[in-house]
Amino acid sequence: MKVKLENLTKRWGPVYAARDINLDINDGEFVAFLGPSGCGKTTTLLLIAGIYKPTAGRILFDDRVMNQVPPKNRNIGMVFQSYALYPHMTVYENLVFPMKLKRVPPAEMKARAQRVAEMLGISQLLDRRPGQLSGGQQQRVALGRALTKHPDLLLFDEPLSNLDARLRLSMRAEIKRLQMDLGVTAIYVTHDQVEAMTMADRVAVMKDGQLQAYCPPNELYDRPRTLFIAGFVGNPPMNFIEVEVVLRDGVYHAQRAGFDLPLLTERGGQAAGRGPVILGVRPEDVMIAEEGIAGEVYVVEPLGRDDLIDVRIGEVHVHVLADPNRRCKVGDRVHLCFNTQKIQLFDPKTEQSLLWT
Amino acid sequence: MEDRLGMGNRWRVAILLLILTILTVPILVGYVWILISTFSQRTYGLIPVDASGQVGGLTLRNWSFLWEDPNIWKVTLNSLILAIGLTIGVVLVSSMAGYALSRISFPGRRVFLGTTLVLHAFPSVTLLIAIFFVLRWISRIPILGRDIPIIGGFGYNTLGGVILVMLALQLPLGVWLMKGFFDHVSWDMERAALIDGCSRWRTWWQILLPQIRPGIAALAIFSFISGWNEFLIPYTYITDQQQSTIAAYLNKLLSDTAPVNYSQVAAVGLFQLIPVMLFFVFTQEYLLSIFAGGAKGGS
Repeated sequence: MKVKLENLTKRWGPVYAARDINLDINDGEFVAFLGPSGCGKTTTLLLIAGIYKPTAGRILFDDRVMNQVPPKNRNIGMVFQSYALYPHMTVYENLVFPMKLKRVPPAEMKARAQRVAEMLGISQLLDRRPGQLSGGQQQRVALGRALTKHPDLLLFDEPLSNLDARLRLSMRAEIKRLQMDLGVTAIYVTHDQVEAMTMADRVAVMKDGQLQAYCPPNELYDRPRTLFIAGFVGNPPMNFIEVEVVLRDGVYHAQRAGFDLPLLTERGGQAAGRGPVILGVRPEDVMIAEEGIAGEVYVVEPLGRDDLIDVRIGEVHVHVLADPNRRCKVGDRVHLCFNTQKIQLFDPKTEQSLLWT
Repeated sequence: MEDRLGMGNRWRVAILLLILTILTVPILVGYVWILISTFSQRTYGLIPVDASGQVGGLTLRNWSFLWEDPNIWKVTLNSLILAIGLTIGVVLVSSMAGYALSRISFPGRRVFLGTTLVLHAFPSVTLLIAIFFVLRWISRIPILGRDIPIIGGFGYNTLGGVILVMLALQLPLGVWLMKGFFDHVSWDMERAALIDGCSRWRTWWQILLPQIRPGIAALAIFSFISGWNEFLIPYTYITDQQQSTIAAYLNKLLSDTAPVNYSQVAAVGLFQLIPVMLFFVFTQEYLLSIFAGGAKGGS
């Protein structure tokens, strides 16, 4: 099923929880809503579910306007962060509850519940109550309950946030796989950019109730349209350095005190003559080298595969991912070499990218 | 538990128990006295004596009201109707109002919550005369006033009228209590139910009410006991012996012009106490959750 949001707005008094959101979701697509807490992503999800009524705008499922349709008639399945299982029912009763309400014939109901239970590996738990299950098992039951009714749309509200890191990793892959196999359209709300990047076909980044970007994950990573996206997506986060871009001897340079970096013409050209701009570069696009911009090692954080090194250049700090074999020590004088292909430039006032629109 | 307590702790527990025992003794002695006196002609302290002051004089005479006074069964039944009617009313209205106040944002919600709390603190005695006029007015309404089977109606001198008045006085507590319990049921569960295909009513009935069962049980027990024991309101608004309740019956024994037979009063009191005690023994754990659960929710 296709989903379309048109100028969707939700206001609580003077506060906009969601503002003028326009979004198209294709049939079978997996879309992630990404943003920090309080950005309106859950509100938007609940608007789609029909729990909240929009203040303005429209929600369309396959060209049908859904604004006034109550949640029970939208045929959606939803998985909550808190699982929201019914504690007074057994796992089996939880699984069949949505089907009972849809008046699915008993034989079919039983078959479907068993099929879903097998698919999720919870067949041996059917007689237990939610209180007797571990967090991971409860999440599987919650997922199963959303699936048994054969929904046209699956909604996830940070479903993995309450699980431990290892379980989160395996459930992440499992949910992705399930969604692909079933071919059901899915919307996945998360504040974890890794989840959004790894699972989604397209990511909608939200901030303060507004849609910042809506594009495939790699585009989000390589061509961030706003300062917010650049800082939010990617781990460790992007470095930001305030510079001025000037043309010197036919080459654009980004410069500030103790910092002078030649830029590619097609990138630097966009920022020249604008006064101060913000230069962004990811830690993996900076290398410690024999020559380049001089700095001093300030902090070394071993991450295992890499060392995250904080290098001080005058007043600014640049994070660099370096090979642990280099054995950098605090206080070492080092030189930094930047991958100019990956340099981002932003307007400090509008916080929009100067390179991508 | 036993193994984990050290010697020092065991002594502390023993001392605690001793103190509690000493504090409980006066109350216990009272109950023992009631029990003994109901089977005695007279008592001297806790010792049953006969008319001439000799030890002995045990008798069943004081319990004779059970088979000699036909009214006792009538008033017991009335008390039961009052208690059950009150319980049903309080639970039904409180659980619905509590849900609305907990979940729905409507104009005047805060004012409503505030005023109910004030009402709860209002001494009901001051309202007696005003309520009397209201009940008299209700009496004039056809059918509703005084022609409903079992409870008689909702007007003056009917059990239904007393239930109505007591219901109004009990509701503030009940509504607040239920709101507190509903507040602790997660919104997500309710949302899940709505998305799974429930209507709002069905969500309330099938998903939310089971979560707050301990709260409902506590409120029901509390209301039942209040209804069973209530004296002032049935005594004030029921003049008809046939409609009277057991607490008012007990009072009549004390205010008769003949000399008061305290042993008989004790017997009727004990008779009134029995159902409450039985009830309490089986339900006390629920009743405790009225205090613990109001803050902790229906887990």
